[in-house]
Amino acid sequence: MALDFSNATVKAWRRENGRVGVRNHILILPVDDISNAACEAVANNVKGTLALPHAYGRLQFGEDLDLHFRTIIGTGANPNVAAVVVIGIEPEWTKVIVDGIAKTGKPVTGFSIEQKGDFETIRQASWKAKEYVHWATELQKEDCPVSDLWVSTKCGESDTTTGLSSCPTVGNMYDKLLPHGIYGCFGETSEITGAEHICETRAATPEAAAKFKKIWKSYQDDVIEAFKTSDLSDSQPTKGNILGGLTTIEEKALGNLEKIGKTSTYIDAIGPAESPEKGPGLYFMDSSSAAAECVTLMAAGGYVIHTFPTGQGNVVGNPIVPVIKISGNPRTLRTMSEHIDVDVTGVLTREMTIDQAGDSLIEMIMRTANGRLTAAEALGHREFSMTKLYRSA
Amino acid sequence: MSIPQLLVHDHEDNVGVVVVEDLAAGTDMLCVVTADNSDFRLTAKTDIPIGHKVALKPLKAGDTVIKYGEDIGKMVGDAEVGGHVHTHNCKTKRW
Repeated sequence: MALDFSNATVKAWRRENGRVGVRNHILILPVDDISNAACEAVANNVKGTLALPHAYGRLQFGEDLDLHFRTIIGTGANPNVAAVVVIGIEPEWTKVIVDGIAKTGKPVTGFSIEQKGDFETIRQASWKAKEYVHWATELQKEDCPVSDLWVSTKCGESDTTTGLSSCPTVGNMYDKLLPHGIYGCFGETSEITGAEHICETRAATPEAAAKFKKIWKSYQDDVIEAFKTSDLSDSQPTKGNILGGLTTIEEKALGNLEKIGKTSTYIDAIGPAESPEKGPGLYFMDSSSAAAECVTLMAAGGYVIHTFPTGQGNVVGNPIVPVIKISGNPRTLRTMSEHIDVDVTGVLTREMTIDQAGDSLIEMIMRTANGRLTAAEALGHREFSMTKLYRSA
Repeated sequence: MSIPQLLVHDHEDNVGVVVVEDLAAGTDMLCVVTADNSDFRLTAKTDIPIGHKVALKPLKAGDTVIKYGEDIGKMVGDAEVGGHVHTHNCKTKRW
């Protein structure tokens, strides 16, 4: 008999804005690349904090700068984060980030380096970080309904087994949990290519379908047509995909789309790192198909748990969001099982149904929400990869 | 039921996927269509790695390859029944 998740709860942190977080990070967040060193020094001074160094944040402009701000603010605002120390080279953009995160009601303080230098900035920021650690480590978990979780998905190092087992496992999870009121998210704009006609039909409304189509077409015109050398065959499918038996982008896309299940429909198509605004349900997010970038964007959109089907064995993690790996490839389970949280090889041997596989994923989502570290967390995978749209000024 | 060597998504498909390691030429494969769990048998013509595709029908250059009941590309070479279908004889119709 199928499990009943309608009244299930997890022990998690209810944040100031009502959102539920499953981790309790204190971030030391750089506004820009040249503030990484100060952030890493603060994180070294104060245990229990986490610096998120990254490569960008200077001389960006327009839509690219908007995305940079949205990603940094969204990361700090994520409910898996209890409190944030922000450090930037100058005060104005630092304030943009601080004000953005402060809208959640969580503690956040900004520091800027100019006219102080790294030493004085690190001293002041370390005191604030220590105060946040004492405060956050006394926050208590409470019973929260599973329906309050925001769960995203993206697959990686896909092969033909992902389309047969791990992707439909995620789809089954969405078909079961979305009706209870969770928020879901899928994306990977380039990897919808070949199944865009099917993706269009999975929109809940004509407006959502039109928004998806516009995003997909813009990717084809502005990225593929603008920058292609011969075709995309060198990167889509990837060399790993091809080793795993995937031959064409269409085949890869059809497997990818198995992640949204049989009955789920998306209620909106949103931009990269944007927060969903139409209530509970499934969203399509315009996003890179590169694993670390995609998970970073969805985390910035507010998702607190990520489900990640893999065939050949992508090892990606994220600093603030637990990434649950699901695989059905017996060779991958044999050679690199330390990376896999949910083994669905039984789907290929016909010893496990997709329905059972979906239940096992939901159980792992609940265990992860309750505190079990994922394989990626235990192995220290903290890939924080910002998406950049075009050259800086 | 014993463990299948080949899975096929839909009845319209003209390729299936090897789901076991070290599949050798000449293996009499148990093949299962996941849509309804029906099964049939097919002999593998070559060694085929796990995850790779096998032709269920004779495929000629120009033929459309069907998987998930959908068009996934075209043949650019031939494959006999039980033969290997991959980048050497199959390609996207895009780009």
